[in-house]
Amino acid sequence: MTESASACDGSIMSWTMADGVIELALHCAPCNELGSASLEALETFVTALEKMQADAHSLLIYSEMKPGFCAGADLRELQRRSQALGKVEAVRGVRDFLERIHRVFNIIDAAPLTTIAAVHGVTFGGGFELALTCDLIIADKMARFCFPELRLGLIPGFGGIPRLKRDLGNGVVRDLLLTGRSFNATKAQQIGLVSQVVGEGEALRAARSTAAQLKKFDHATAMAAKRFIKPIPHEDLRREIDLFCELFLSPAVDEALRKFVESADALPYLP
Amino acid sequence: MNTVNQTIEEILDLAAAHFKVPRETISPDDDFFKTLKIDSLQALDLLTKLENHFHVELPDYELQGVSDFRTLAGKIQARL
Repeated sequence: MTESASACDGSIMSWTMADGVIELALHCAPCNELGSASLEALETFVTALEKMQADAHSLLIYSEMKPGFCAGADLRELQRRSQALGKVEAVRGVRDFLERIHRVFNIIDAAPLTTIAAVHGVTFGGGFELALTCDLIIADKMARFCFPELRLGLIPGFGGIPRLKRDLGNGVVRDLLLTGRSFNATKAQQIGLVSQVVGEGEALRAARSTAAQLKKFDHATAMAAKRFIKPIPHEDLRREIDLFCELFLSPAVDEALRKFVESADALPYLP
Repeated sequence: MNTVNQTIEEILDLAAAHFKVPRETISPDDDFFKTLKIDSLQALDLLTKLENHFHVELPDYELQGVSDFRTLAGKIQARL
């Protein structure tokens, strides 16, 4: 990893800052799965972000991987650790991981910047939750969103439910969570999740264009508006971690994770 | 409104173009996983293409067990 005050070129993610816009590019094969290495990279990023944000007005997050924005948690790593550590020790590790990733996501959520997720393709589970930390989601028309966690006997654990509840009606949250179905960018725009749907390969360009527009406004006023309209749902986030850890203790989760890991399919839990 | 046969033809045209296979090599009763040599991730891409083209929403759980173009067309036709 090569890092300077306003840029970092890492193997999992990279960032740059130019003209008041910070760009975080995710580029970990196959589809930016969030495991311990990517969490460390995100922690490094938010440390740098706290220094960079004084000179910035916007943060764009996007993926350079063809399959999509992010396929969610690294379930293979989770299964390996769960097997190696035993259940009690594994759940301690899971809680520690969740608390760390919540800290990172809360920092991005509350960052004094206008944050934009430019998404395409697979935006599932933890990837969907990362996008939900942003103020705006701009989606390529081939983007697809999903919370598949119930198929594993779990709930989304990276803050997805509290943030969806904050941003959308509870009926939408229940549909996405309880059916585990995926839906496309057009549907996401209809329910108010996505602010702009653009052509294939155009999400980053549209996000940059939006960031250029944001620069025209008084930043302090924009951030006062953000703080007013986008509170962090701390209590629900804390309860989400507790519930995830409680569910993780179930033997059904071990079986579901084992099936997932042993499947040769690209998306073993779909349709 | 499209007839089922028109819907099948449009699906075959879209699938051939998206996955870059000769149109004449795919037929309505083919298993699209095998004919197009696609996995579930690519099948999801196809679903998104079809939803955008036909302006329908097709929950992926309705496609459980569906692997041929004709049945897929029937599912879409039911939502047109």
